Amino acid sequence: MDLNINEIIEGSFQIIGGNFANAGEASMQMKSKLMEIGVHEAIVRRAAIATFEAEMNVIIYAAAGRLHYYISPDKITIKIDDMGPGIENIELAMQEGYSTAPDWVREMGWGAGMGLPNMKKNSDEFKIDSVVGEGTTIQMIINFS
Amino acid sequence: MRGAAMKLNKIVEDLSLEVKTGKNNLQGNVTGVYISDLLSDVMANSKEGNLWITLQTHLNIVAVAGLKNIAGIIIVGNRQLQEDVLQKAEAEKITVMSTPLPAFEVAGKLYQLLNQ
Repeated sequence: MDLNINEIIEGSFQIIGGNFANAGEASMQMKSKLMEIGVHEAIVRRAAIATFEAEMNVIIYAAAGRLHYYISPDKITIKIDDMGPGIENIELAMQEGYSTAPDWVREMGWGAGMGLPNMKKNSDEFKIDSVVGEGTTIQMIINFS
Repeated sequence: MRGAAMKLNKIVEDLSLEVKTGKNNLQGNVTGVYISDLLSDVMANSKEGNLWITLQTHLNIVAVAGLKNIAGIIIVGNRQLQEDVLQKAEAEKITVMSTPLPAFEVAGKLYQLLNQ
């Protein structure tokens, strides 16, 4: 695939916990950048879904967080770190359907226990680290071919 | 669900949908329908060009629809949309439609239409 990219393209976002109105801002901007340089649609979709889910997790669970993405000629790397409660049992949190979201978040149609599984499913590499009481760090890599 | 592609304006007419936003984007083809009130489920399983039937009316439906290139959102059961949601949908060129019918009836009509 011939991409229209000569140098690393970066984006950086502050995400504020509870700010549902801005959800999707990072993923939408990243999606347009990927489309612009000619990344295949199916790959753009995977990156956008994974990033949106990551944004939502910060908004739902954390006080605040940062999202960075780096686009190189062969892949996109997305890093999210938050100041949140941390995840006690990552293995459990990775199970589809498991969620600790409060009822009001579930009423909005979030918190179905699909966020982390969706992120992993749509990434080629998925790393998660979490310290209870400090926060969670996620790194996702999606290859372009 | 997938059937023969159909223009959105034909569906709007046949189901008497009230078009709230994106009135100029009704020429596109609808590739099928996805029904869910779980937003992660819609992100994971809807297809480009699908109509999305839901009772969710908050801001995030606009972002999900934009991210997945959804052909339009049908809000069922006469649920009202807040002004900020309508404004965002208009700005993002997302077609939002509304109907007093419940999801089951909308789905039944669409199933017939797309499979005739």
